[in-house]
Amino acid sequence: MRLLAPLALLTLALMLVSLFLGYAPIPPGAALRALLGGDDPLLTTVMREIRLPRALLAALVGAALGLSGAAMQGYLRNPLAEPGLIGVSGSAALGAVIALQYGLASAFALALPLMALTFALGAVALILVLAGPQGSSLTLILAGIAISALAGALTSLALNLSPNPYATFEIVFWMMGSVADRSLSHVALALPLIALGGALLLTLGRALDALTLGEDAAQALGVSLRGLRLRLLFGTAAAVGAATAVAGAVGFVGLVVPHLLRPLCGNRPSRLLPASALGGAAILLAADIAVRLVLPERDLKLGVVMAILGAPLFLHLIYATRRRA
Amino acid sequence: MRPSRLITLAAALLAGAAAWGGAPQRVVSLNVCTDQLAFLLAAPGQLISVSPLAHDPRTSALAAEMADLPRNDGSAEAVVLRRPDLVLAGSWTTRATVQLLDRLGYRVETFAPVTSLDTARANMLRMGELLGREAEARAMVADFDTRRATLTAPAGRRPRAVYYMPYGTTAGADSLTGDLLNAAGLDNLAPPSGHLSMEELVLSDPDLILVGRPYAGHARATEYASHPALQATGALREVADGTSWTCETPKLLEALATLRAIRDEVTE
Repeated sequence: MRLLAPLALLTLALMLVSLFLGYAPIPPGAALRALLGGDDPLLTTVMREIRLPRALLAALVGAALGLSGAAMQGYLRNPLAEPGLIGVSGSAALGAVIALQYGLASAFALALPLMALTFALGAVALILVLAGPQGSSLTLILAGIAISALAGALTSLALNLSPNPYATFEIVFWMMGSVADRSLSHVALALPLIALGGALLLTLGRALDALTLGEDAAQALGVSLRGLRLRLLFGTAAAVGAATAVAGAVGFVGLVVPHLLRPLCGNRPSRLLPASALGGAAILLAADIAVRLVLPERDLKLGVVMAILGAPLFLHLIYATRRRA
Repeated sequence: MRPSRLITLAAALLAGAAAWGGAPQRVVSLNVCTDQLAFLLAAPGQLISVSPLAHDPRTSALAAEMADLPRNDGSAEAVVLRRPDLVLAGSWTTRATVQLLDRLGYRVETFAPVTSLDTARANMLRMGELLGREAEARAMVADFDTRRATLTAPAGRRPRAVYYMPYGTTAGADSLTGDLLNAAGLDNLAPPSGHLSMEELVLSDPDLILVGRPYAGHARATEYASHPALQATGALREVADGTSWTCETPKLLEALATLRAIRDEVTE
């Protein structure tokens, strides 16, 4: 609790900064009044329809990715397991692109997150089968490379086949992720599934705590490994799938956040899970603030900032795991 | 200089003059705009080949009319095999082909993309001279001027408008669309940078936000027109832009008429 309260405050503060920071200068006081339904309809439109969905989505997507990363790392007992790196986000993006390009999403709005979920589910299942219960780093990363490459290639193919000439530019969006110019309808699409997946993952805390003692010990403590695996599978797929469907694949959130928070949680997954959700929300809000401050007119993608932060850390973790082996 | 040299030189000059004096008989066009303008002005049989885009109804306003004209793939090889005496090209497209043809001694005339109704008018006259069809070009321009004058908006209230395109780009004052907006009696709100974020667009409170018709197939870039923030302004208007909005043919006046009708509707 001593950790969660400051993290929640940080997330809230970053959310306010995100709301007050935009392309047009609006004084914070006026912005706040407009958000609460002030007298200027133009400002209200900007605050409610453009800035609010952006801030909400950044927080939601960050929370989904941070939580999924912490849960996968807890289950595989491997700090390198991250939805973006092992191809789960990439597969979800492929599902979303198929839903959009082949008209499923326009026929039935929920088809977008559900297709992303289905593809994410396939990727997580494949990873769990390939990595096995111990989750060896080598198989995990190699399988992740293969799944990411295939999903990325098929995403590009689907977008290149589109009759819309702008679709090709969108390859960058699906591979790097962004929450720019999204609307409240995107929030409404993603929120239910992220909430469902997040709730499933948050129930894993005690089982993952037991798992730190080894599988036999966990089973002796009454943990059903099969139930744990199923909840992890569906929880991750729902959270990452819905997040990716509306914001593209943002990498490294699930790697950086649990890594930073783990020492503060006494290495206990049950405490790390909620902390990573809040930390993920905070870091993605910060990244989205950064892309608007650095290059306001260029629509810089979130994945750029996250990779600059995350890739050196990833290399450091590989080095650390190698030394331990 | 020795007499024999002089004779050779004179002969060469004469041959050149003959080629310049007579109108070209085998004209090949490499650009969708020169395709259309040349087609409208040329004598029957004078234009022997057009670019592949000329046959595409999405890019060419005269696709059906030009359907019988053979097309070239824009390669120097295809052009040379047709033995043209005049090659028409855009100044930005098929650069490599144009340079090669130039080096091989072919007569190549390039047209820059048209950026205003005045340059469109000038291009019509230039094309007439190139094809030796000055009378036809003068008739086209006279008709163009008359119809343009009736469509150009009288002084009066000028609604504030933005022509809004994917990625927050706008049609600036120095673009053809910008000139059409101005002629139709609309005040163009496009900033000098050409970039306008959705926030800035909403806050500038325009009377009209004009957007092109979206392409088939999904793209985030063309999804912006359905964003609730733009819908809430009540200023959003979809215009069927496309073929008549890009090239220097009298079809430009159809685009002007569309904009003028929208302007009249708003000012009433």
